[in-house]
Amino acid sequence: MLMRNLFAVVLMGLLLTAQPSRAALNVLACEPEWAALVAEVAGDRAKVTSATTARQDPHHIEARPSLIARTRNADLVVCSGADLEVGWLPLLLRESGNPRVQAGQPGHFEATRHLRLLEKPARVDRSMGDVHAAGNPHVHLDPRNLLLVSEALARRLAELDPAGAADYAARRAAFASRMQTAIARWEKEAASLRGLPVVVQHRSWTYLADWLGLRVVADLEPKPGVEPSAAHLARLLETLKAQPARGILRAAYLSPRAGDWLAEKAGVPALTLPYSVGDSPASADLFGLFDSLVAQLKAGLQ
Amino acid sequence: MPKHALLPAALLALGAGTAQADSSLDELRAEIRQMRDHYETRLAELEARLKQAEARPAPAAEAAAAPSGNDINPEIGLVLQGSYARREGGEHHLTGYLTGGHDHGSSRGFNLDHTELTLAANIDTQFRGYANIAFVDDAAEVEEAWFQTLGLGKGFTLKAGRFLSGIGYANEQHPHAWDFADNSLMYRALFGEHLGQDGVQAKWLAPVETFLELGLEMGRGGNFPGSAAGGDRNGPGAWAAFAHAGGDVGANASWRAGLSYLHAKPVDRDSGMEDLNDVEAETLMSGHSRTWLADFVWKWAPDGNPRARSLKVQAEYFHRRERGDLTCADNTADGGLCSGLTDAYRSRQSGWYAQTVYQFMPRWRLGLRYDRLDTGSVDFGANNANLPVADYHPNKWSFMVDYAPSEFSLLRLQLARDHAMAGNPDNGQVTLQYVHSLGAHGAHRY
Ligand SMILES: [Zn+2]
Repeated sequence: MLMRNLFAVVLMGLLLTAQPSRAALNVLACEPEWAALVAEVAGDRAKVTSATTARQDPHHIEARPSLIARTRNADLVVCSGADLEVGWLPLLLRESGNPRVQAGQPGHFEATRHLRLLEKPARVDRSMGDVHAAGNPHVHLDPRNLLLVSEALARRLAELDPAGAADYAARRAAFASRMQTAIARWEKEAASLRGLPVVVQHRSWTYLADWLGLRVVADLEPKPGVEPSAAHLARLLETLKAQPARGILRAAYLSPRAGDWLAEKAGVPALTLPYSVGDSPASADLFGLFDSLVAQLKAGLQ
Repeated sequence: MPKHALLPAALLALGAGTAQADSSLDELRAEIRQMRDHYETRLAELEARLKQAEARPAPAAEAAAAPSGNDINPEIGLVLQGSYARREGGEHHLTGYLTGGHDHGSSRGFNLDHTELTLAANIDTQFRGYANIAFVDDAAEVEEAWFQTLGLGKGFTLKAGRFLSGIGYANEQHPHAWDFADNSLMYRALFGEHLGQDGVQAKWLAPVETFLELGLEMGRGGNFPGSAAGGDRNGPGAWAAFAHAGGDVGANASWRAGLSYLHAKPVDRDSGMEDLNDVEAETLMSGHSRTWLADFVWKWAPDGNPRARSLKVQAEYFHRRERGDLTCADNTADGGLCSGLTDAYRSRQSGWYAQTVYQFMPRWRLGLRYDRLDTGSVDFGANNANLPVADYHPNKWSFMVDYAPSEFSLLRLQLARDHAMAGNPDNGQVTLQYVHSLGAHGAHRY
């Protein structure tokens, strides 16, 4: 059969181009912040890629063929959990034919399972919007959470690759001490931001605000995940007249239209902040991410 | 809080004691300040301790290994679909095609399209189960009911039960996931709605960076292009094979392409058509039906982020060959030409559709689809004297705009020029449609 031969040729070609990796573990991170954290803790022992970029909305990702292929080959998936990836990760897992990374297996790591989450709603129904029932999953923008997650991650990596246990522990310790120093520095630099009122677009900034003491006075989204409506924006404008804010915080993956409109009408700056690692060359790793966040907040809000 | 309770009390005392000397007032003020300071330090301490406690991982977090995703077990969902359609009345055949598949083609006026109830859950660590029941007036149809493996490993997945076949691209989509209000002519001609298999499916995902999936299915073959009687055998009445490949092109675009083959063995497969006297005739076909399908999908979004804008291009092509015997049931009583004659039947037919959907701003999409079929060559043998052999190209243009207030609701307007049936061009089809989903709504496939 012609077709059968064609399949065989294609298959052989693909197998030949697939080069086995030298790394002990093949890791697929759902978001770039976790890819960066795995890189910090695992170094060369893991080959890590991220399913999404800082410019993509982690709530709305398609289960693309390339992602299914990467899930199939992963020894470990590292995700936020708490339903952030509920629209796509379950499909990737099911289609992957890979038992190692299924929920509940050692190869399935969810960062939010190692933290206490903020904004856990008492009650959930769809009229409340696309609300995260388990609590706010956008945990990485509080660097203290990264310390906690890195500890659990190092343990998990050691479980999957016992030969590297000492390596992971040492790298995690080095990361933690660098991160602690950096946190102290960022907190000092951002001390003047404490108590400043800000408007957010989606609750992606809750943990950042909580860490730096920013006061979130309003959300451009009338309900989580719901596009800002004209009526809601008009109400916000009234609120801001009575209770001015210092800036609007938003990620590059959301439409800037509503924020721009409100910024102009209310006379407050709209800041498009790096939401994760890799948004710009300056935020190429976790330290760079917070360096740019703190610098942009200081420049924008004061 | 004692702090707040004390202050008004102190003020009251102040108001009452008008004769108090300034010195005692100052004393009182100092005392209150002291108390306030004391409470504030205590509060700050408590807050700090609370923060610390919160920062520590929740004790149960590490141990808990409950599956992620929806905590409701099983995930239950309901899809509500309905439409209003303005179109030509009367029969709507696909000219030149023997059809008879499972089709919920909607009539004109107000319609309640089928209501889908879905239940899904991981059965245990090894299996996942899924059921989709469609309610249509006095009937409930099991559209899908299957289990699949989660833990086979090496990229293998087995599925068994009733499932939508993995052939082609649109076949695995339920109507609520379609980009248009109705099915493409190609799928109507091939399967009615889509091909459901009662049987087993094995899929294998190659261990390479590029997506490459191979699948094999064996089924009862009780559905068109098979038939109920064709399924009455010990072996499979239909089998299918498919290969899908896909990948990304930079950060902005992705694609998937596939090639599929389906072989069905119908026995006394029932299709209706009009004979050369324009009288309804019933045909019964037994033999072999072989279909090739090619499919291609390409998606684009700036930075790969479809929140604001995205583009989807999709096209499929089929070629079907059938051979066997065809009986044209006696309809002479109605003035028809058929006398129950059975003779050889052969056909070679093909068709395709291409469609594109552009999301130009959040929640709003535009779509354009073109359908074209070729009646190809059909030979009814001796029944050529009774049945028409059409030389026609059924075709259709469809334009749609839809608005999704959220990812759980959708409203759509569709305009179409439908030339699927020779002599009955329906140039002004207008359809208004809603699709709403309640409860758990599984992620849509690529
Ligand atoms: Zn969110």
